Order: sequence, then structure tokens, then C-alpha cells
Amino acid sequence: MVFNAIFLSLLAIILIAAAIYAVVQKDLLYAVIATGVISLVLSIYFFIMQAPDVALTEAAIGIALTTIIFVITIRNTSRREDEIPVTKEPDRGDKN
Amino acid sequence: MKKAIVILLLAVVGWVLVDTFFQVNFGESRLGELEQQKTVGAFYLNNTVEKLTVANVVTAIVVNYRGFDTLGEVTVLFLAAAGLGSILYRRKEEGEHDVMVLNNSSQLLQTGARLIFPAILVLGVYVFIHGHLTPGGGFQGGAIIATGFLLMFMAYKDYHVSHNVLTWVESLAGVLFVTVGIWGLISGGSFLENVLGTGVLNDLVSGGVVPIIYIAVGFKVAAELTGVLETLLNFKTKK
Repeated sequence: MVFNAIFLSLLAIILIAAAIYAVVQKDLLYAVIATGVISLVLSIYFFIMQAPDVALTEAAIGIALTTIIFVITIRNTSRREDEIPVTKEPDRGDKN
Repeated sequence: MKKAIVILLLAVVGWVLVDTFFQVNFGESRLGELEQQKTVGAFYLNNTVEKLTVANVVTAIVVNYRGFDTLGEVTVLFLAAAGLGSILYRRKEEGEHDVMVLNNSSQLLQTGARLIFPAILVLGVYVFIHGHLTPGGGFQGGAIIATGFLLMFMAYKDYHVSHNVLTWVESLAGVLFVTVGIWGLISGGSFLENVLGTGVLNDLVSGGVVPIIYIAVGFKVAAELTGVLETLLNFKTKK
């Protein structure tokens, strides 16, 4: 029981960490792999929570097909997320 | 004249909507106990195994009770694949640069892919043939088959699946689905009515038309997803 709780908590930590990594990462290839990791953990979760049908779908589509479609798209476009140019704040003259 | 027709149609639609919504009393609880069978979910859980003899209740709901929705889902997937194809598909012209210039993959990947590809196909076919007995079904099996083709696409850069074959498989599977539906309409009274005998629980041939429909869905999904991958991987742009 304790092992089960530790296992589930570990999975949740991996899930959240991968999700945050996918949002923060500027290299889109790494971000896509992170979304694949999210799908993997979600598939394990679905299986534990007795929804094996959904787990199969998530495993086949989420891990393999979606990831590879994004990889192909990245290959055809650009790999790095462009930095959004930070607009300068107008000088209010407070510093003098 | 045109406005009159529009107003008439809107009135009909509005009357149907009002009539439907007023059949449910406002604020009435639609949830009941599992034993009292007040909810449709309780009905499914209590009746599927005994009357329909389908071991997997999820499959029974998706294919038998909600078969029309499944037809809609398959149509949505078909439209997505068709849209992708119509945007990306281009004939190869002279001077066009192939973006997806894949290097030859390693010997390990090639040999492993050749070894594991038939096993993946058999697994996918197993998943959708046993959709009414074990977890899984047409969508899952089709997606597994598509991952097998994906492995071959990645391992061999010259590996191609003919679009004609994919189109034929997909069309025939769709026609089979609709034919089963119309067959139910003619001999059973409603679209996708389960007209075949239900057989013995846990037999491979049981559950009436459920296995037939899921086999059709499996072939259709596999052909669609493989077509999407084939289109994406052979996308060519001018440089």
C-alpha cells in the first residue's frame, strides 16, 4: 500500500515536471519528447485506474503518432521557439 | 418566399428543441441507484453481459448502443485525414527540393524493424478482432497498426505504401460499416440495430454485429493514420 502510494506520487511528479519542462523549453524537439513522456505517464495512470481501453489509445496515439507528427512538423519548420522581443518600457524619468 | 422558408425551418427546429427540453422536468435529478436502473449507465452495466453477451462493456457502448456516434467519429477522422492530404499532397515536380531527406538508418534499426513489424501488425489485428472480449478495439488496433507502419517508414527511407491501396481499404471499410447499419435498418427497424444472434459469452464470434463493425473501424483507422503519416513524410516544398 505504501509502495503503491509512493509509486503514484512519483508518477505524478514526473508528469508535472514533464509538463512544466514542455512549456518552458525553447528547443521544440525536447518539448515534444516531454509531451511524449506526459502521454506515457498518463497511459500508466489510465491502466492503474482500470481504464485499459483508454490506456491503449493513449499509448498508441499519444506516445507514438502525435509525437512523430510533431517531430516531422518541427523538421519542416524551425526547431527553436523564437524569442519574443521584449518591448522597452517607456522611460518615465523617475531615475533622476 | 426565401424568408418564409427560412422562418418555417427555424420554427420547426425551435419546436423540436422546445418539445425535447420540456420533456425533462426542471431541476429533476436524473441520477438513480445502480439497482433501480434509473440511469442509462446502470442499464448498460446490468444488461450488456446477459443480453448482448459482450464481455467488454466499453465496446458494447461504443459500437452497439452508441454506434451512430462511432460512425460520426470515424467520419471526423476521415475528414481530418482528407484535409491534411488536400493541403499537403503535391505531385513531385522537377526542381522541387525534398525537405525530408532522410539518411539511411542504422543496420540495427532496419533489422529490428523488419523483425518486429509483423508482430506489431498481428498485435493490432488481435486488438481489434478481440475488441468485444478484451480491452481495446478498432481505434486502438488501427493506431497500433499505424505505429508499425511508422516504424517501417523510419527504418527504410524508400518504404512506401500505395495511396490507392489505402484509399480502397478505407473506402471498403466505411462502406461495410454503413452497410451493416442499413442492414439493421431494413431487418431490425433502426440504424445499426444488432440483428445477428448474440451467441455465447466470451466466444470469438459473439455479440452480433459488434465484431464486424469493430473490424471495419480497425481497418479504416489503420488506413487513415497510415495515410496521414505517408502524406506528412513525403511532403515536398520548393526551396
